[in-house]
Amino acid sequence: MTVLSLSGFGVTLRGRPILRDIAFDIGGGELVGLIGPNGAGKTTLMRAALGLIGSVGHSSLAALAPAQRGRAVAWLPQAREIAWPVDVQTVVSLGRMPHMSTGQRMTGADRDAVDSALEQMGLTELRQRTATRLSGGEQARVLIARTLAQETPLLMADEPIAGLDPAHQISTMETFAELARKGRSVFVSLHDLGLAVRHCTRLIVIDRGGVVADGPPRALLSPDLIRKTFGITAWFQDTPEGLVFQPLEVAT
Amino acid sequence: MTRLGLILSLLVLALFGAALVVGPASIGPVDSIVALIGGDGGASTLVVREIRLPRAILAALIGAGLGMAGAAMQGYLRNPLADPGLIGISGASALGAVIALQTGLAVQSGIGLPLAALTGALIGVLLVLALAGPRGSSLTLILAGIAISALAGALTSLVLNLSPNPFAANEIVFWMMGSLADRSMAHVWIAFPLILAGTVMLATLTRGLDALTLGEDAAEAMGLRLNRMRMILILGTATVVAGSTAVAGAIGFIGLVVPHILRPLVGARPGRLLWASALGGAAMLLASDLAVRILLPARDLKLGVVTALVGAPLFLHLIHRTRREGL
Repeated sequence: MTVLSLSGFGVTLRGRPILRDIAFDIGGGELVGLIGPNGAGKTTLMRAALGLIGSVGHSSLAALAPAQRGRAVAWLPQAREIAWPVDVQTVVSLGRMPHMSTGQRMTGADRDAVDSALEQMGLTELRQRTATRLSGGEQARVLIARTLAQETPLLMADEPIAGLDPAHQISTMETFAELARKGRSVFVSLHDLGLAVRHCTRLIVIDRGGVVADGPPRALLSPDLIRKTFGITAWFQDTPEGLVFQPLEVAT
Repeated sequence: MTRLGLILSLLVLALFGAALVVGPASIGPVDSIVALIGGDGGASTLVVREIRLPRAILAALIGAGLGMAGAAMQGYLRNPLADPGLIGISGASALGAVIALQTGLAVQSGIGLPLAALTGALIGVLLVLALAGPRGSSLTLILAGIAISALAGALTSLVLNLSPNPFAANEIVFWMMGSLADRSMAHVWIAFPLILAGTVMLATLTRGLDALTLGEDAAEAMGLRLNRMRMILILGTATVVAGSTAVAGAIGFIGLVVPHILRPLVGARPGRLLWASALGGAAMLLASDLAVRILLPARDLKLGVVTALVGAPLFLHLIHRTRREGL
């Protein structure tokens, strides 16, 4: 089952080509990490694939009608916005909106989805608290819980773990991996390559407007690719604990 | 209905009843109600049906419309300082009214002034839509509103400046303060369809406003059509403001203060705030119009002056509280 399909896909902003000839499919049960240096176009790729900005070529999500898109994909933007001092469970409940018709009240299934999302992000204790009074990292978890409550086949998140403490970074990645094991797919942009190689089933590397590598982390990473794309040297090794990746220094 | 909705509804009903029994003509409460329902054709029936009833209906209507429009505007822009006047329609329709007063159009026909105000509002809406319509952003909407307000304000000043006699200028200044005195059922029939249509449009925005709590990007990805929503917001607010200004002049602070007061009581949810603010706005304007009649009955105190006098200190208090809570 394909949850996102891009072909001949490109974005041009203000006459400058940002991305061109992008083609890949994301199937069910994948945890795909989108990595690349600053300015490579990770956010642009995700927003264009969702149809939030103009693009050329085909994106299966951008082609959907707005109401259908809300049931096909949950999107977590990089800017963590909670505009009003509403309580945590209200924010998470907003994720159920695409499943409800106008004026409809929450059903038992909606409430279950919200409860389970709160629990997965460790927010059950905080559910009555005012979301805007929580710390930045807690707010990030509230917003991730909202996308979980949306219960879509694909979850797309732009740097969801930036600003979280190590324990919550790891548990968030594990939550995503668990979703993938259950057959749903997650597409996340990441800067932490260590977490990316450890948890993702597949990495897509973009640089200079195109996909430079696409595949499982083990097969994909080479010192050459790391140096060319990120301009760093790194140590990585398959250990009994899994693949370990440690950036070392800026390549000269 | 929630408890808050019930309390606000009862408050509106009580104030509406009070508006029917309070006035310079000393008719007792019981006599007023009898005169309203029975209608013996005497002087008290005339006073209650032709003077107090339209005034009370207009206060409730305009208050509800402005309260709701304020809540919608704040929700859409995600800014508690937004207000229905922001999109420039109140300025544009005031300009139309001022021109009607200046040219004598208002004297020739009772509905000349409201019609001129509506024409001004229509031109204002067309300008806003041209500037911030289908493909604008919230920022272009704010800027377009500021530009139109400034232009309408400048032209209003020009009319005042060129006014041939001080009486006309005086009349214009008094009109601009906003009032519900001496309005008739004809005014109700002008304002009612407009404010009803505007509030119906704004009421469709509740879901979208809730979703916008997460920001434009997340809301749009959840299936919200932002461009359509902005069009409905502009048209709904403009219709409400045009209907209000045409019959009552500029009445400030209702759309700003009422949503602000009620926000904590609805758990800050922008969708629920829409309805609460409609009821709260009706209550506040009915109360202000009662104050006008009770405080200085002989001096023709203007309604807009009272709402500003009540609203501004209340707003200062709210800002102080918000700052203390570090919100």
